[in-house]
Amino acid sequence: MTENKFTSYANSDILVSTQWVADNLDKFSSDSADPEYRLVESNEDPLLYRSGHIPGAIEIDWTEDLNDPVTRDYIQKEAFQELLRSKGIGPNTTVVFYGDKNNWWSSYALWVFQLFGFDQVKLMDGGRIKWELEDRELTKEVPSYPTTEFVANERNDAPIRAFRDDVLTHIESSLPLVDVRSPEEYRGERLHIPGKPNEGALRGGHIPGARSIPWSSAANDDGSFKPVEELEELYVNQNNLERDKQTITYCRIGERSSHSWFVLKYLLGFENVRNYDGSWTEYGNLVGVPIENPSV
Amino acid sequence: MELPEKLAELVNDFKLVSDKNERMDMLIFYAEDFEEVPQEIATRPFPEDKRVPACESEAYVWSELQDGKMKFYFAVENPQGISAKAMAAILDETVSGSSPEEVAKLSPDVVYELFGKNLSMGKSAGLTSLVSVVKGHAVKAISESSN
Repeated sequence: MTENKFTSYANSDILVSTQWVADNLDKFSSDSADPEYRLVESNEDPLLYRSGHIPGAIEIDWTEDLNDPVTRDYIQKEAFQELLRSKGIGPNTTVVFYGDKNNWWSSYALWVFQLFGFDQVKLMDGGRIKWELEDRELTKEVPSYPTTEFVANERNDAPIRAFRDDVLTHIESSLPLVDVRSPEEYRGERLHIPGKPNEGALRGGHIPGARSIPWSSAANDDGSFKPVEELEELYVNQNNLERDKQTITYCRIGERSSHSWFVLKYLLGFENVRNYDGSWTEYGNLVGVPIENPSV
Repeated sequence: MELPEKLAELVNDFKLVSDKNERMDMLIFYAEDFEEVPQEIATRPFPEDKRVPACESEAYVWSELQDGKMKFYFAVENPQGISAKAMAAILDETVSGSSPEEVAKLSPDVVYELFGKNLSMGKSAGLTSLVSVVKGHAVKAISESSN
């Protein structure tokens, strides 16, 4: 399951390689009602899974499956339990996530699973990009697995999710925030960068005191994570983040910051890191909150 | 919503399909039919002025006007940009061969008619921008012909 690179991370078994997934495809398509593993693809592009996916993988659509259809929030316990039961994820199943966009959305899904205390999770290093670059098998066959008796915990946001009031308290306490958007967005030069969508914020800039560490600094071109030494150099040495200090990550809507949250929590072993999923689409629209904008 | 005639027909076909997966398979069918811009029209590196703003799949649009009819060409550089390919293939099939006035009836809202409303904000911004760029080519062709 592990590559040499993986063993040096703070959590050496949180990642699996594309090779390990390829070698263990039969484990993911078990007909057991409490299988050892399920493979879950989560993408931004709603067509991608049905156009071809890793054999045996099921899809969890971040937008449709994990979000409340009305409130800007995630589903509650009952819906999460029903979702996992219907997908064939049992009480003892370990879920291996992968997806498009350098695993942004699969990191986000993994994070939502953790809101329910579901910590039997792993991420396939490199996601879809690496799997496709390696010219590995894809199928259109959508599997159907037996319904399970999975029982969900109540959602408990506090350990890993920050709300706007938490962010404001965080600022007052001079605790570290990590802005993972592009440097141009961070500097307030643009509400969005050319070639990227404008996701609806009325003000530019960043949360006061936040460090700018774009999410992509943690990833190689093939979507895989950089080795621990490089991550340590970037987050700890260059940006003075400390493992035992409360840390909050944010981006525009919380998906890229889930990627950085994953890096800090699992690969570098930060003890208390939360993702502010309201991110800039909330903060940049709040009335009267403090903003730093060096371009003004 | 008024739309170019062939696109309006396609939207009606989509409305008849209530099953979400079936609709997605229809879109994938178009994506798999996507034909990239021929070399006679453009070669890499593609010019920035042909790039669709706000589209993370790095889509490009070219057009020609011949005998009063428009022909559109597309490129989508992100190999995982399957929704952009589907939208481009649908636009090529439904508005290439139409007059600029007909193409200018395009509305970016057609994206939601085809893909549904549950697109991520980023994805809907990119796809609506693609439609807007095609419409913009038609509007430009109309203004140039009236000068």
